[in-house]
Amino acid sequence: MMPNAGNRVPQGLADDRLGLWQALLQQFGLQRWSQYVRQHWSGQRLVVAVPWLWLFLFFVVPFLIVFKISFSEIRLAMPPYAPLFEWLEEGKRLVTTLNLGNYAFILSDNLYISTFAYSLKVAAVSTLLCLLIGYPMAYAIARSAPTARSLFLMLIILPFWTSFLLRVYAWVGLLKTDGVINNTLLAVGLIDTPLTLLYTDFAVYIGIVYSYLPFMILPLYANLEKHDLTLLEAAADLGARPFKAFLRITLPLSVPGIVAGCLLVFIPAVGEFVIPSLLGRADQLMIGRILSDEFFANRDWPVASAVAIVMLLALLLPIMLFQRYQRRELEAAKR
Amino acid sequence: MAEKIIDRSNEYIRIEGVTKRFGEFVAVDNVSLNVYKGEIFCLLGGSGCGKTTLLRMLAGFEAPTSGRILIDGQDMADIPPYERPVNMMFQSYALFPHMTVAANVAFGLEQEGLTRAEIDRRVGEMLDIVKLGDFGRRKPHQLSGGQRQRVALARALVKRPKLLLLDEPLGALDRKLREHTQFELINLQEQLGVTFVVVTHDQEEAMTLASRIGVMNKGQIVQVGTPTEIYEFPSSRFVADFIGSVNMFDGQLVEDEPGHVRIRCPELEATVYVSHGISAAPDAKVSVAIRPEKIEMTRTAPEGSENRARGVVKEIAYMGDMSVYLVRLDSGRIVRVTIPNIERHDERIVWEETVYLNWHPSSPVVLSQ
Amino acid sequence: MKTRGWFRNGALAFGLAFLYIPILSMIVFSFNNSRLVTVWDAANSPTLAWYRKLFANGQILDAALLSLQIAAVTATGAVILGTLAGLALVRFGPFRGRAMLATMTTAPLVMPEVITGLSLLLLFVALEQLTGWPAGRGIATITIAHITFAMAYVTVVVQSRLAGFDDSLEEAALDLGAKPAKVFFRITLPLIAPALVSGWLLAFTLSWDDVVISQFVSGPNSTTLPMVIFSKARLGVSPDINALATIMVLIVATGVVLSTIWMKRQERRRLLEEQMARSDAG
Repeated sequence: MMPNAGNRVPQGLADDRLGLWQALLQQFGLQRWSQYVRQHWSGQRLVVAVPWLWLFLFFVVPFLIVFKISFSEIRLAMPPYAPLFEWLEEGKRLVTTLNLGNYAFILSDNLYISTFAYSLKVAAVSTLLCLLIGYPMAYAIARSAPTARSLFLMLIILPFWTSFLLRVYAWVGLLKTDGVINNTLLAVGLIDTPLTLLYTDFAVYIGIVYSYLPFMILPLYANLEKHDLTLLEAAADLGARPFKAFLRITLPLSVPGIVAGCLLVFIPAVGEFVIPSLLGRADQLMIGRILSDEFFANRDWPVASAVAIVMLLALLLPIMLFQRYQRRELEAAKR
Repeated sequence: MAEKIIDRSNEYIRIEGVTKRFGEFVAVDNVSLNVYKGEIFCLLGGSGCGKTTLLRMLAGFEAPTSGRILIDGQDMADIPPYERPVNMMFQSYALFPHMTVAANVAFGLEQEGLTRAEIDRRVGEMLDIVKLGDFGRRKPHQLSGGQRQRVALARALVKRPKLLLLDEPLGALDRKLREHTQFELINLQEQLGVTFVVVTHDQEEAMTLASRIGVMNKGQIVQVGTPTEIYEFPSSRFVADFIGSVNMFDGQLVEDEPGHVRIRCPELEATVYVSHGISAAPDAKVSVAIRPEKIEMTRTAPEGSENRARGVVKEIAYMGDMSVYLVRLDSGRIVRVTIPNIERHDERIVWEETVYLNWHPSSPVVLSQ
Repeated sequence: MKTRGWFRNGALAFGLAFLYIPILSMIVFSFNNSRLVTVWDAANSPTLAWYRKLFANGQILDAALLSLQIAAVTATGAVILGTLAGLALVRFGPFRGRAMLATMTTAPLVMPEVITGLSLLLLFVALEQLTGWPAGRGIATITIAHITFAMAYVTVVVQSRLAGFDDSLEEAALDLGAKPAKVFFRITLPLIAPALVSGWLLAFTLSWDDVVISQFVSGPNSTTLPMVIFSKARLGVSPDINALATIMVLIVATGVVLSTIWMKRQERRRLLEEQMARSDAG
């Protein structure tokens, strides 16, 4: 660690004659600041301050605004919401219009509840499918010869670098009624009439699994690759058959990778917008679409904000889990 | 080994009541210490004893929570690492992986604003000293462990610091190379006249390198002395136990004269007679420490009624140059005895033999409990 | 172990096929000369007709140029901010606001895009009311939004690279007399350079690809390429988009393949040199 002036505690503050004054200065950070300057570390402050302030202004403040607007009433104006606090009669009366109406509206309307439920279901099913497809793939790559390993990894990462939007779009061409899959099946003679594949739940699952599969495979691979293979030899030596050894040794040890992969798929999938828009049903929207429609089509900013807040609350636990995982990974990388 | 002569008039580092806290944890606890010009001072202790933190405070990477550090009479409190007349050799060597060996060694000189020609000359000289003259253009990953260690040393020494800090300098080397490098380090230090402060957890390393050793435990310096002083006259049970191995007996002072003391230990039948005085209250509880190599083992009973014991050999470990015997006394206490294997075909004492142990009155060290 | 080999390899082959068939089909149909876009017209194909049509499409070209500019600025800004944040988080030890910074740099990684887009738009509207800036939405607001979520990714990349390095490297440089700023430019920056390159490319790709956030914070004259593609794709398949996709896939694939080969080479050379150094004696 670099020398950190913040660790230094000024000695003998209490018995100093100017103790109170110094304590006050320290309270407002001036004491520390002068120490920083004295130690030629003022640059360190700047390094922290720039990204900190940027993220605070463009990430935290926006949420506070969303939070605030979610309690406002819609109004025909620009911006289309009523302020929470307003001075009426030339500043004589402060009017607060804090209302929970938007939340009451969302929670009482079946449309919103079913949309939320549908979004969670789609995300959960897709995450599970991702895991079922991704785990064996990650496992196969982690246990393949080192030379083949980097080739496979490259093949997994490559789609990740190409346009997400275009890759989703590719499925439109495959799943259409006169698309490649139907044409192939018809030509082979497996079916007589084209199947309805596009604009179904199935298409949404495919789209999400397809788009997010690398996010599942990479943390799983990172975990599986680190496993000590002598553990399996020890298990075999103690009489466990390969499948049993997998269940008792490999699977439990890979839980952190499974959790990370699932979170990386589940959280963004809940709010997914592009995939259901291109591949999904028209009669059952997902929550991201509802939010967008409330905002753009209905111009109801307060309800859109309330939808965002509810979605965020629903995702709070997984997001915190993910943050904990991320922190642990970085700590592990450090040692 | 022969003791080096230390010029105690020439104080170089003065550490005054230095404490370092990390939150609740006290890493260094009120340490005061002097290091003299031209000596090799070893800070010896187990992991987490605070020795590395103390070294890092000398280098300027940590600031003391309280207390003062003076180097060459100057208070170091506000001096950042890059302005201190001190260089450090890191445990990991910390060679810059993106620079060649020569560029690594030149880095410090470049910061001094010397001319290119002067830098090249001094880098060349230094690399020759550490016998790496032909390796200047290699990158660190193209070197073996021993070579890397020498580059790290050259990089720190080329700045001609008055004080060199070494953090476990031999820790990453294998055993053979280690012994060789130890003597090289000593030679280099004598040749350049630099003061060394070495941190190590390896007592053998400290014994060979050091002119003086400071033994640390739980953030405190528990004893400072020459290697002989530390080994022969440990000042506490911790030091006696930590350096080498020792047989420790608890007992009570029964006779306390200026020239000798007698101690009765419940685990020993005979009293212990020690031929030097100690300062302790009468009837004080004390410990007697006797090194395993200072105990003589015989088949026949020794003369005299003191400084002796009888027991049965329970374990023998043949170590090549010597053998370790574990003898169970009649009291049930196990005593460790080492005997050099001087002759090849000796009638050696074997398992389950009854033996007598005795030691010279000057051998035991009396420690207060 | 052997008995499961076929299952493992089968799963891998299936997965890779799943990942690549859609891309390959897009490439194939970009050369198809048929009005029925998903039926191969063997008589008149392959053809470059769709590529010609693509390069004659002013709307797409303008949007591509705009996206390119935004992505380049985004990547540069995100690398600068992300490097500072990563440096602070890994190297500065405890400081006030550290936990907050750590949270603010990981949350955008998983934040649903609609929420990020909505909240940023509301911020821009509020800012405009308060300060008059930004006047309407456009390139500037898109870039700010992109930098904000892309820098989170860069921070992670820089953090893991920095964490992999011994911090005594920087201490050694300080010890040898280099001032902190110099240590950063001579030691830290060269060491994390590979992470900065991949961070820049990652941020570029994220920005180049983003449609949801852009839709929220864009203005009338700032339609990015993904927004054009998205609106076209909503209307169904269009062969010139296939052609566009093919070009993009080829560029990316070439880049990824070349860089993988290059890194592999470097690694192999390094291993060889290390081996030689070991046998070279101490």
